[in-house]
Amino acid sequence: MGWQLIRGYALLVYVFMFLPVAVVVLLSFNASQFGSFPITGFSFRWFIELAQNDAILRAFRTSMVLGLLTALISTTLGVLASLALVRYRVPGENVISTLLIAPILVPEVVLAVALLLFLNFLGINKSFALLLFGHVLFTLPFVILVVQARLIAIRRDVEEAAMSLGASPVQTFFQITLPLMLPAVLAGALFAFTISFDDITGTLFWKPGGVETVPTQIFAMLRNSISPEINALGTVMIAMTVGLPLLGAAIARTISRKSGV
Amino acid sequence: MSSVTLQNVVKRFHRFTAVHEVNLEIPDGAFVTLLGPSGCGKTTNLRMIAGLLDPTEGEILIGGKRVNDVPIHKRNLGIVFQNYALFPHKTVAENVAFGLKYRDVPKAEIAGRVQKALDLVQLPDVGTRYPKALSGGQQQRIALARAIVIEPDVLLLDEPLSALDANLREDMRVELKRIQEQIGVTTVFVTHDQSEALAMSDRIVVMSAGRIEQVGTPEEVYNTPASEFVASFLGASNILPARITGQDADTVHLEDPLFGAVPVPAAKAPALAGASRAKLVLRAEKLQIVAAGAPTPGMIAAPAFVETVDYQGQTVRYFVRVGNTQMQAINMIDERPYAQGEAVQAAFRPKDCAALPES
Ligand SMILES: Nc1ncnc2c1ncn2[C@@H]1O[C@H](COP(=O)(O)OP(=O)(O)O)[C@@H](O)[C@H]1O
Ligand SMILES: [Mg+2]
Repeated sequence: MGWQLIRGYALLVYVFMFLPVAVVVLLSFNASQFGSFPITGFSFRWFIELAQNDAILRAFRTSMVLGLLTALISTTLGVLASLALVRYRVPGENVISTLLIAPILVPEVVLAVALLLFLNFLGINKSFALLLFGHVLFTLPFVILVVQARLIAIRRDVEEAAMSLGASPVQTFFQITLPLMLPAVLAGALFAFTISFDDITGTLFWKPGGVETVPTQIFAMLRNSISPEINALGTVMIAMTVGLPLLGAAIARTISRKSGV
Repeated sequence: MSSVTLQNVVKRFHRFTAVHEVNLEIPDGAFVTLLGPSGCGKTTNLRMIAGLLDPTEGEILIGGKRVNDVPIHKRNLGIVFQNYALFPHKTVAENVAFGLKYRDVPKAEIAGRVQKALDLVQLPDVGTRYPKALSGGQQQRIALARAIVIEPDVLLLDEPLSALDANLREDMRVELKRIQEQIGVTTVFVTHDQSEALAMSDRIVVMSAGRIEQVGTPEEVYNTPASEFVASFLGASNILPARITGQDADTVHLEDPLFGAVPVPAAKAPALAGASRAKLVLRAEKLQIVAAGAPTPGMIAAPAFVETVDYQGQTVRYFVRVGNTQMQAINMIDERPYAQGEAVQAAFRPKDCAALPES
């Protein structure tokens, strides 16, 4: 009896969480003029219009470039930082570690305003580079957390064995350490990409005038009217932010199954 | 193949000294074991030879050349780690071939040498498998194959058998010794297991608290321990205080309160010149428990009480009380073991004793 109640309650919570998402996906295939019920027919019309909307395409390109660069830079920095923190004795290790993780703990608005004020203080103007910098700042902790956890699990003696067999430290890194932590590196990169791709708070503060990412574009469009295109865009976003990590996890699993890590 | 020399090697971790002034000469082709309890500095020594740790002081020579400043990947050593340390993302054949890639071995030759190494460790058919598909014992053999395929100058093994279960460990012991003899590589073996050390080594280096206690053949360290530590670490020993009543060319005469006069062969009582007191060392296997009143020809006997009987099948371990001293005896069982509380005699042959200076 008690369990029935809890089960019913849990179901309601899920419905509450996922119903709006389902509605958006459903309506994006609605042939009707208006982005709302009733559903009058199945159609890809809004996706086609989406693909012809220059503003959205530009925003999409910006988001892709921003996301990819963020993923690239965050992952590179994150891997290097994790290596330093896990494999070497660095003075002030704990402090550095905390500082690198801190951006997750600080509310994003605070981080956004702080960075903006700081750059104002330095007399630096908003730019795409600044936007990228901001995104790297708050995706880096995720990369570090994932990669560090993996690196700790890679036994040091495996690397020592490689060196004893004649591999230099650099060769050992590329032959042994990197392949062993590759699943975590890929996961970190995916995290960074998806977080950057659907971020809005920081982006609103940091983006220079005239530059829009997909989330800020949706936000701007919503101010005028609720166009059915937004539903289609929402569906695309969902497909990307849910699909990419799933794909990544599947790839990582295949890699590690093959090698038995 | 090369000799290994440690000259006045010291290793400190901050304030803590893990290795004190070690001097050691490991001859070309020898199988030398570093033996001692956990924490005595065996691994630290081995890692310094490997180049995984820098000595704080002193010189390390391999083949007569100082290697203090040579990084590990240029030392041409084979290392076998306690937990195998195979590369999990590479197949067995790739694991074994790994070291050859850095050694200008022609591509065509690599497969052949890998196969030869796998044959040597008696696992010729596992090349395409991944390490996790192998048992612990098989993984250890692959680790060995990977270390020897590069024809290292020195083979270093850190407790390589301790992760295996007891039966497998004894098989691997024989196997390892066979392979080492076959390729004749200078080998430094680290263990805390005295039976491993005694069974495999040409020479044993007994260590305690960062210092070398004794270097010798298995017989030497077993029969003529150089210190009380060595006597008690290698098997069970009885150590009794004794007075020196006289010394001549081949005998040292001791007087022990329990057994009376004990003439110890001088060869087994070195470093006693001029001393008046000594310690009498008698291995538990050399102390015979015999029935009360039975004759004990050629032996020195004293009345004793059996306090504890530890039955082990073929042998039995007694704790007996002689006077007010407890002694340990490990005897073959003749018909039936003596019972707890039984009055017996504790007896031994004087030539089985050794004597140590009183420290
Ligand atoms: N990196 C290190 N930092 C501090 N102390 C260490 C380090 N490595 C080993 N030690 C200490 O040195 C001593 C010898 O260690 P080790 O050589 O590993 O002993 P063994 O291999 O004989 O068990 C131990 O007391 C150990 O705690
Ligand atoms: Mg050790």
